[in-house]
Amino acid sequence: MDVVASLTMIQAINQALDLALATDERVMVLGEDVGPNGGVFRATEGLYEKYGGQRVVDTPLAESAIVGSAVGLALGGMRPVAEIQFLGFIFEAMDQMSTQASRLRFRSQGRHHVPLVVRAPYGGGVRTPEIHSDSLEALFSHLPGLKVVTPSTPYDAKGMLLASIRDPDPVLFLEPMRLYRAGRQEVPEAWYEVPLGEARVVRTGDDVTLIAYGPMVPVAEAAADSLASAGISAEVVDVRTLSPLDLETLTQSVTKTGRAVIVHEAQRTGGLGAEIAASLQERAFLSLEAPITRVTGYDTPFPMPALEDWWLPDVERVKAAAEFVLHY
Amino acid sequence: MNPLEEFPLIQVLNEEGQLVGDRSQISDDQLTEFLRWFTVLRTLDQRAWNLQRQGRIGTYPPFSGQEATQVGVAAALSPEDWLCGSYRDWAALIYRGVPLFYPLLSSMGHPAAGYLPDAVQALPVQVVIAAQILHAVGLAWAAKLQGQARVAVSLFGDGATSQGDFHEALNLASVMSAPTVFVCQNNRWAISVPIERQMHSQTVAQRAVAYNIEGLRVDGNDILAVYQTMKRVVERVRAGQGPVLVEAVTYRLGAHTTADDPTRYRPRDLDERLRQGEPLARLRRYLLAHGIVSDEEVAQMEEEAKALVDEAVRQAEAFPPSPPESVFDHVYGELTPQLREQRAEMARRVSSGEPGGGRRG
Repeated sequence: MDVVASLTMIQAINQALDLALATDERVMVLGEDVGPNGGVFRATEGLYEKYGGQRVVDTPLAESAIVGSAVGLALGGMRPVAEIQFLGFIFEAMDQMSTQASRLRFRSQGRHHVPLVVRAPYGGGVRTPEIHSDSLEALFSHLPGLKVVTPSTPYDAKGMLLASIRDPDPVLFLEPMRLYRAGRQEVPEAWYEVPLGEARVVRTGDDVTLIAYGPMVPVAEAAADSLASAGISAEVVDVRTLSPLDLETLTQSVTKTGRAVIVHEAQRTGGLGAEIAASLQERAFLSLEAPITRVTGYDTPFPMPALEDWWLPDVERVKAAAEFVLHY
Repeated sequence: MNPLEEFPLIQVLNEEGQLVGDRSQISDDQLTEFLRWFTVLRTLDQRAWNLQRQGRIGTYPPFSGQEATQVGVAAALSPEDWLCGSYRDWAALIYRGVPLFYPLLSSMGHPAAGYLPDAVQALPVQVVIAAQILHAVGLAWAAKLQGQARVAVSLFGDGATSQGDFHEALNLASVMSAPTVFVCQNNRWAISVPIERQMHSQTVAQRAVAYNIEGLRVDGNDILAVYQTMKRVVERVRAGQGPVLVEAVTYRLGAHTTADDPTRYRPRDLDERLRQGEPLARLRRYLLAHGIVSDEEVAQMEEEAKALVDEAVRQAEAFPPSPPESVFDHVYGELTPQLREQRAEMARRVSSGEPGGGRRG
């Protein structure tokens, strides 16, 4: 019988790392404060004590060095899981992420590949200091050779992290900060993988599809609850893998409902919502009853925390967008 | 600290080709072999320049003047050691076993030039300045973790020493004691910007002090100095005594690339003075003066080099073009649904023979 435990997302991530370190001696964890401190969010808690400083490594405070050396570690036969402490700081490592890690398979015509996972907390809603809350997923989804994933539940967090570690290509694993301790879920203790590249239908519905990922999935679910009490049946789809997108699942849902609202925290212009909307109208044009609508952050930098509640998409905005497409 | 005294230039063969140091680690035969290599490499480099001028290859970054450093470094390595170099480091790669026609293939735009032969432990040439230095640290670190007696060497230029990745790499390698050899080819110009504007330090080698690693300064145009120094350095690093920074003081005889005109920025008198010490003429002079090679042997080497390069040009020009749709094949381990769709679309365009297809290849 499967042993399960009720875990938060951060515990599920910790358990995945623990399991990967225990199972595969090539796996190592590196980053800032991931050692004795256990990570600023405690994602690596206890791992340094269990696996030692050779495999759970506090690096100098240098993001490019973390990712760049992890590229070398991966090429040298290790399976590095690097942590960027907050996604907003990843620009320091942008060349190593984009031109190096993501492009080496291509540049070497398949001789080399980079099995590297870069974990990074992201998103708002937890009143961080400035630059700590940015959602930069669209920048990375634009990069060929890189996979970009983000879980919204503890179960998916563990299964997708293990799948990412096993993946032969670099994966940017985005962890919604506000969901780290937002709730608990039954999570098996054993190794399991949630395949990358597959969206998840969170709940089925007939009238409108709410498309969300990461921190916005619970918002979409709450909006669906609220819409249900008004007699509107909303389907909620968690995109989960942002690159490559599971357009098949998204298209199926929108073909059925004829209406779609895309919800993400990141700024609107050039955001992933634009890519999803463009792809859906190409694939499901004749099924659409209304324009595909987006509920997103605004086209400003992420604000100081005192203003973030007005900036972030919330249930009211999602409901309003759903009503707009329903009454178009 | 006087850096020029702390980091004296290691020289065995001076600019005039006179022995001024110990060459006990290197036989006459090996020196003759180095001259043969220099001759082949110089012939290739000059031919590449001409091929670009004839429109037969695209932009090409010549390495002439840096053969002693690149060959000396490569010759000091074992086959299992990693080499992470830049776009100007084809001479080192060729010495390690990459066929002569690869740099031509690269400048002709063939993707296949990125796949170096499996037997050559090296990454594709790096285009972003200094990025490969961190890869060398990671490779060295992995070797250490796995208990392998393998070192990783990174080749880079003086311009790279201004990049953050250079400093992050030296610091990380020092902290992790990763068996890395950092070889800066200080060829004095980063395109048009002279070393004096790249740094206010007197040497690159002195930067090692800040990271508490060994730093050395060697005459990069002196194959005896480079090879013997690198042999010692690689042994030390392999033995786990920590990373080393080697500054090889050299000179780029040619332009940055075929798209560059160095007469715009290099004073003629300085250029004339600096090219006096170039590595091929220096070694040849020494070998001739001591009767280690004869004029006839030198002439024969040049003939052989010409034949090898002729063959390399033939191989590059006969290299079959990649199918256009192969552009999709090495983005991920498996095609994503999006790439599968896009690949099929391109394949349809290719097979339909649509106008424009004739320009491909």
